[in-house]
Amino acid sequence: MSVIVTDSGFGPDDFTGEILDLASDTAPEALEAGTNADLVRIDFPSSADGRGFTLARLLRLRGYRGRLRARGHVIADQYAMARRAGFDEVEISDDLAARQPQDQWMFRADWQAHDYQSRLRG
Amino acid sequence: MYSYSDFDAAFVAERNRQFRAQVERRIDGSLTEDEFKPLRLMNGLYLQLHAYMLRVAVPYGTLSAAQMRQLAYIAERWDKGYGHFTTRQNIQFNWPQLRDVPDMLDALAEVQMHAIQTSGNTIRNVTADHFSGAAADEVADPRPVAELIRQWSTDHPEFQFLPRKFKIAVTGSQADRAVIRAHDIGLRVLERNGEQGYEVIVGGGLGRTPMIGKTLTEFLPKADLLPYLEAIVSVWNLLGRRDNKFKARIKITVHENGIDEIRRLVDDRFAETRTAFSGVDQEMLRAIEAQFAAPAFKQSGTEAYDTAYDADPVFRSWADTNLTAHRADGYAIVQISLKAHGATPGDASAEQMRVMADLAEQYAHGELRVSHEQNIVLPHVHKSDLPQIHAVLQQHGLATANIGLISDIIACPGMDYCALATARSIPIAQQIATRFDDLKREHEIGDLKIKISGCINACGHHHVGHIGILGLDRAGVENYQITLGGDHTENAALGQRTGPGFPAEEIVGAVETIVDTYLDIRTSAEETFIETFRRTGMAPFKAALYPEKEEKRDAA
Repeated sequence: MSVIVTDSGFGPDDFTGEILDLASDTAPEALEAGTNADLVRIDFPSSADGRGFTLARLLRLRGYRGRLRARGHVIADQYAMARRAGFDEVEISDDLAARQPQDQWMFRADWQAHDYQSRLRG
Repeated sequence: MYSYSDFDAAFVAERNRQFRAQVERRIDGSLTEDEFKPLRLMNGLYLQLHAYMLRVAVPYGTLSAAQMRQLAYIAERWDKGYGHFTTRQNIQFNWPQLRDVPDMLDALAEVQMHAIQTSGNTIRNVTADHFSGAAADEVADPRPVAELIRQWSTDHPEFQFLPRKFKIAVTGSQADRAVIRAHDIGLRVLERNGEQGYEVIVGGGLGRTPMIGKTLTEFLPKADLLPYLEAIVSVWNLLGRRDNKFKARIKITVHENGIDEIRRLVDDRFAETRTAFSGVDQEMLRAIEAQFAAPAFKQSGTEAYDTAYDADPVFRSWADTNLTAHRADGYAIVQISLKAHGATPGDASAEQMRVMADLAEQYAHGELRVSHEQNIVLPHVHKSDLPQIHAVLQQHGLATANIGLISDIIACPGMDYCALATARSIPIAQQIATRFDDLKREHEIGDLKIKISGCINACGHHHVGHIGILGLDRAGVENYQITLGGDHTENAALGQRTGPGFPAEEIVGAVETIVDTYLDIRTSAEETFIETFRRTGMAPFKAALYPEKEEKRDAA
């Protein structure tokens, strides 16, 4: 089972539509904004592997407006990065959710504050 | 100088609050050490051989007097009363306790400083020419753009978990005092047809695979900088190797894919990233530039300087080596050597920091710089104040007249502190400095850069030293390889190995042999070591260093 983290905290995975899964080593030229999937899910095999952040940002830059999920070894401290990079939510394992409970994720739910990049991009 | 906006101050305060919570969660076990590691690294906290080490960013090497005083306070309050200035213009505290680090960060925030992104696989502290705003040969002060890059790279959501660390250096002069060709990205501010822009160099680096950076674009319009940088790092984040950390740096990515392919990928990505920038960053840059306006230089005579120069040989010697031409009449750039013979290169005691802060406040428009050569710079000093400054420096062990000379050695911390080191660096630097001081020959030898690293990661920049020394571990015994002919300037070059290495007890003698050879074969006292090496090549030095081998070859 897994837990879905959003700005409002932990919740169950209630998504039933078509999912497009992307590995962290997906080639950037293969990223299609015009996917028919209802949800694009990008894998994080390790919290040290930051490729998913760039993949998410590229998808958004290319116009993808659908639901975007980070799945795998994302830690609470990366929640703000994930949101800023364009993800809507993070999917984590029950084990990780037990070790890093909701309050640690909510600590960074203010991801829109103190953001140099949005300030510089205008 | 730059002063924090409310946004900057709130950002740092919030970041410190987060790190305080992270430290608590590490202590209560909700973060594993593996998970805590990248978080502490993003906040400058290393685990060294004996203790934690806190690396504090000195953005583009610029410090105010108040900041220098606070560093002295931190050194005394939470460390052992000294700090170590590094080749990346940072300061390191070597003995903090984990539980004290959040308080140290708050103390830094009081003077608008932080330790954010001074380590970890992220964009590191941006470095710049330590003579910025003072050098006579400058096109533009590179610090405003360095500050813009600091803000852009800080907490960048895409770039906190890169394949490896990423270092950017900026210069505003043709003469390169920031080693920009040995950085992941080097920027040079230049002017073309009255318009300002940047030469962008990519893929330089030292370490175990040293590379001189290649020019990605000869002229990037000023307004394109941030989206262009974002394109470079974005391309590398996906393309850089994550299977082998020794092949992860962008220099390897550039080497394996070729500069033309990287340029094509960056140009394509830039077409995407630039659409996200409205241009407001350029307005912010203009506001930053205004904060770096030159101080009001005074117009007055330099008689006091001239008199002291003529009358006092000790002052004259110091003035000859430690001063550099300033852009303003009657002014000089002062380098304060942190390389007293026999001392640890780059270390300053809390008392010395306070003395330098006081001098900056009284005589130097309140400003100091940290040089990548691990010295402190007073960038704007009127010459008439130099005799008083020199007298104060003398009282505190800070008047060593050796800038650019053989004892002005860059050395990494080596096995005395560093968990990665394979050999000691500091004691070798101390022995070389002491030996040549005893011989009273360093002024005769002239301009000669010795750089020492205690392992192949090359923090001591040995590849670009005129004489580079690399300490290795050979079956449990320290062994030092020598390279000659490296150059850290705009003529960047990597040194060539002389041959087999030398044990610790022979390395100082080997350096002396090299220096003696140079003195023998130079055409005149005006021909510097590096010029001689370029003229003669390795042969005469090799023959002097390995005489037996040469004899054997002759006999064969």
